[in-house]
Amino acid sequence: MISPAHYIALASILFVIGGVGVLIRRNALVVFMCVELMLNAVNLSFIAFARLHGNLDGQVIAFFVMVVAAAEVVVGLAILTSIFRTRKSASVDDASLLKY
Amino acid sequence: MSHALILASPGSNFTELAAWWLLAIVAVSAALGMIFTRRAVHCAVLLAVVMLILAAMYAMQGAPFLAFVQVIVYTGAVLMLFLFVMMIVGISSADSIIETIRGQRLWAGLAGIAFLVLLILAVGHAAIGPAAVAGPRDSSANINDLAKLIFTTYVFPFEVTSALLITAALGAMVLAHRERTDPKPTQRILARRRVAGAHPTPLPGPGTYARHNAVDMPALLPDGTPSRLSVSGVLANRAVEARQAGEAGGRAAIGADVLEPGEPADIGEIRQPAEEQPADVDPSVEEQ
Repeated sequence: MISPAHYIALASILFVIGGVGVLIRRNALVVFMCVELMLNAVNLSFIAFARLHGNLDGQVIAFFVMVVAAAEVVVGLAILTSIFRTRKSASVDDASLLKY
Repeated sequence: MSHALILASPGSNFTELAAWWLLAIVAVSAALGMIFTRRAVHCAVLLAVVMLILAAMYAMQGAPFLAFVQVIVYTGAVLMLFLFVMMIVGISSADSIIETIRGQRLWAGLAGIAFLVLLILAVGHAAIGPAAVAGPRDSSANINDLAKLIFTTYVFPFEVTSALLITAALGAMVLAHRERTDPKPTQRILARRRVAGAHPTPLPGPGTYARHNAVDMPALLPDGTPSRLSVSGVLANRAVEARQAGEAGGRAAIGADVLEPGEPADIGEIRQPAEEQPADVDPSVEEQ
């Protein structure tokens, strides 16, 4: 039988790709999408661990992660639209008013 | 429920391994494409690919409920919200490739590789055994057991998430709401404004079917010059944006591939309505 380690390896690769995306991309929407990718990778590892232990607690946690991610996306995108409305830009570099 | 039953039952050894390799390769290349494409829309589509593959993987691991929730919530709701916001923010919003922090990309890549090595070492040392033989594997049992867990052990976190969702909805409304600072113009005011303005008549239609089958082609005036009024201002702005993106990317002028006849309109590379048109338009007018 295929071991859960396969899924955990894939989850860690996807998590790292998402993290690198957060670091190198400057479009706030894309940064958000990379965060979603990281959350999804963690969900995959939760489900792999749930299967490893033969119970469903990991699946419940993954379910809660999905709920929290949905709420996060809603609020984050609302913030993004309001920033875009005042600054006409979706780049994270342009929201630097506190720097000066 | 027969489909769900098939999804829920773990496949044989070889089938699952082959499916894992296939899906994993596609998922990793889509995720890599996500961080390398410059357009946000392509990013969203590639993220949808990754999410659908993860849904398939949940199903392969005996989590059919979460597989469907993944498709419905992530691919259906979250990504559509992303695309919706992308339409507001500007669909052709591409990243600038100028680094504000020197060497940021290099160091981010190195940090990613280091983190990956760390994770691989950690996972490799963990000695993850084979999956425990779970109880009944059919989907109704999975959903029943999940419901039992959510409404008994995890009932308090479940209630808290409802509070979280309501707060998030309220927060989104507050953040996205814009107070109207001037009174809403009535129909009478709008009509007056139109008659008093420069164009009381309807604006000229675009040159659709004149030379191209696209709405961003300007109509031609009797002297052969393109009419600036005939192209929607939104499209004209996008053409300017696309040209700026093209210049930033070091590409050749967009006008080079603009004038090929029969080419369908790409959202990103709108034809230039005013500037580059006359060079192409004049000979055709002379032919007539």
